[in-house]
Amino acid sequence: MAVNAPAASPAARTPPQNVKRIRRHQWASLLWVAIRTPRGAIGLGLASFVVLVAVIGPFVAPQSPYALVTLAFGKPNGQFLLGGDFLGRDVLSRVLNGGWLLLIMAACATALGIVGGAAAGVSAAYLRGRSDGIIMRTVDVILAFPQLVFALLLLSLLGPRLWLITIAVGVSHAPQVARVIRSATLDITERDFVKAAELQGMRPAKVMAKEILPNLVSPLMVEAGLRLTYSIVIISGLAFLGFGQEPPAANWGLMINENRIGLSLNPWSVIVPAALIALLTIGTNTFTDAFARVTIGVDRRPEEAALIDDLGGEVSE
Amino acid sequence: MVRRRLAVGVLTLFLVSVVVFLATEVLPGNAAYAILGRTATPARLHALEASLHLNRGIFDQYWVWISGLFTGRLGNSLVNGLPVWSYVEPRIVNSAVLVFVAGAAGAILGVALGAVAALRKDSWFDHITSVVVLAVTSLPEFVVAIGLIILLSTVVWHILPAVSLLAPGTYAWSQPELLVLPAATLVIVIVPYILRMMRAAMVEALESDYVEMARLKGVPEWRIVLMHALPNAIAPTIQVIGLNFLYLAGGIVIVEYVFNFPGIGQGLVFAVNDRDVPVVQFIVLVLAAFYVVVNIVTDVIALLATPRRRIAR
Repeated sequence: MAVNAPAASPAARTPPQNVKRIRRHQWASLLWVAIRTPRGAIGLGLASFVVLVAVIGPFVAPQSPYALVTLAFGKPNGQFLLGGDFLGRDVLSRVLNGGWLLLIMAACATALGIVGGAAAGVSAAYLRGRSDGIIMRTVDVILAFPQLVFALLLLSLLGPRLWLITIAVGVSHAPQVARVIRSATLDITERDFVKAAELQGMRPAKVMAKEILPNLVSPLMVEAGLRLTYSIVIISGLAFLGFGQEPPAANWGLMINENRIGLSLNPWSVIVPAALIALLTIGTNTFTDAFARVTIGVDRRPEEAALIDDLGGEVSE
Repeated sequence: MVRRRLAVGVLTLFLVSVVVFLATEVLPGNAAYAILGRTATPARLHALEASLHLNRGIFDQYWVWISGLFTGRLGNSLVNGLPVWSYVEPRIVNSAVLVFVAGAAGAILGVALGAVAALRKDSWFDHITSVVVLAVTSLPEFVVAIGLIILLSTVVWHILPAVSLLAPGTYAWSQPELLVLPAATLVIVIVPYILRMMRAAMVEALESDYVEMARLKGVPEWRIVLMHALPNAIAPTIQVIGLNFLYLAGGIVIVEYVFNFPGIGQGLVFAVNDRDVPVVQFIVLVLAAFYVVVNIVTDVIALLATPRRRIAR
């Protein structure tokens, strides 16, 4: 301890601009370190594979996803590699067409949840007092609804619209993000560089944007990875329940539900879309886990780990 | 501390009921219009508004609805005209059975596997569970459910029924074999979280001073594990077990739908499909209330189970 103390204290006294510059590089290099860990590489590989299938798929699909070209639940053969679905459409073509919208919706919902949650969390922690009370009470109320149930409640009133699903999922993410970011912010607001900025007369909004937010990049990235996984799970789950694209659209979640009655005839019509969703969520979650391990260095669930101020290590010791 | 937590819980419940209620009120186009959609004629709209009490003031409406919750007069389903309560009640019972079975089995399995993983830290068992845990935590419930159906009831083996259709008027415990697959799906989804937390807590407990002390005193290893490490590791794990009961409130929706299990989750999906607002309102409120109550119970138990925290606050 005695040896470490002198080494740590100069770092704590470096001017704010300097610290910020180091940090900005820090998350990028942490990302790079995460990619090179076995878990990170596997996660990124799996997720990229599925993204590639979903994005390139529509251009390389051999058939129209809507054309009745083979037998209902026809077995795979040379022409129809994955067989037919419940109406006799080409499963391979439908699989190749059925993922891109899920990715777009999940990305938008995640972005919405992260932006909303970060804004709420940082404001609650920095402004304290009444704003904190109101924001956190709202968070508690939204948290009382399981995410899927929250989305279903909105859908029951406005009908299954795609934009509504995206917003509902994004909004249901925000409270979780807000909680994590609030506790991370609470520690940062106590730091000297925040105090220094305040003493210079910086407005609260600017302090939050310029001084606090840059220090939250790593926890926000962990959160983004987690929420992306959950977005995919919830949005594909809603599609499976029939709240998403309407038939005859090609959609992985919908396909699983449509074709499961013929599981024993042509299991591939269910297994392939289910496996793609599974690989995607395993990929995003594994990569997030790798990144969380690199940034935080603790073997815990990312949610709990993000609660710990991972950036404080060098200063607080 | 406990009393304050309860007060916050009651306040949250009240706000939740207001949100559920307002959702039907504030969103564009009132509920009557949403239900009738294109078939709305002024006369039908008017009749439906009256039956939903939409023609009264907003506070009156809330009062009618919330007092109905306590007197059992929840109005009628818009789809079949039956009282909401008689439609939902058997479903609540079935779902409660499912949640209890899955939650209890998941907790026991998670604690046991987590403890073993901690005792055999860095063994092949530990490494394999950690990889499996990570993969399973990321899977959507319906993918797990479909996987089990493929494995156990259609493609590979035909051991268990793929649908859990209950005879009308019977409850879930009358045909336990129908509970197996839905419960197994939920167990698979929740075990990884409990396992991971238990492992972390157990590793910490095993490396603690009191375990070291017990070892130096010559206490037998099984006694150290069961009497010293395990109770201390379970305390933080209880919170995660509670969180998983919370998760089950949402998780049952998809799982019940997949297996045609007649619980409130499936009822919610059907009701949302039919835009059956009174049923949706009630089921959502039940699930949210369950969520809030379990949250309080978990917090209180965690508080009581951790002497350090009990004294500190």
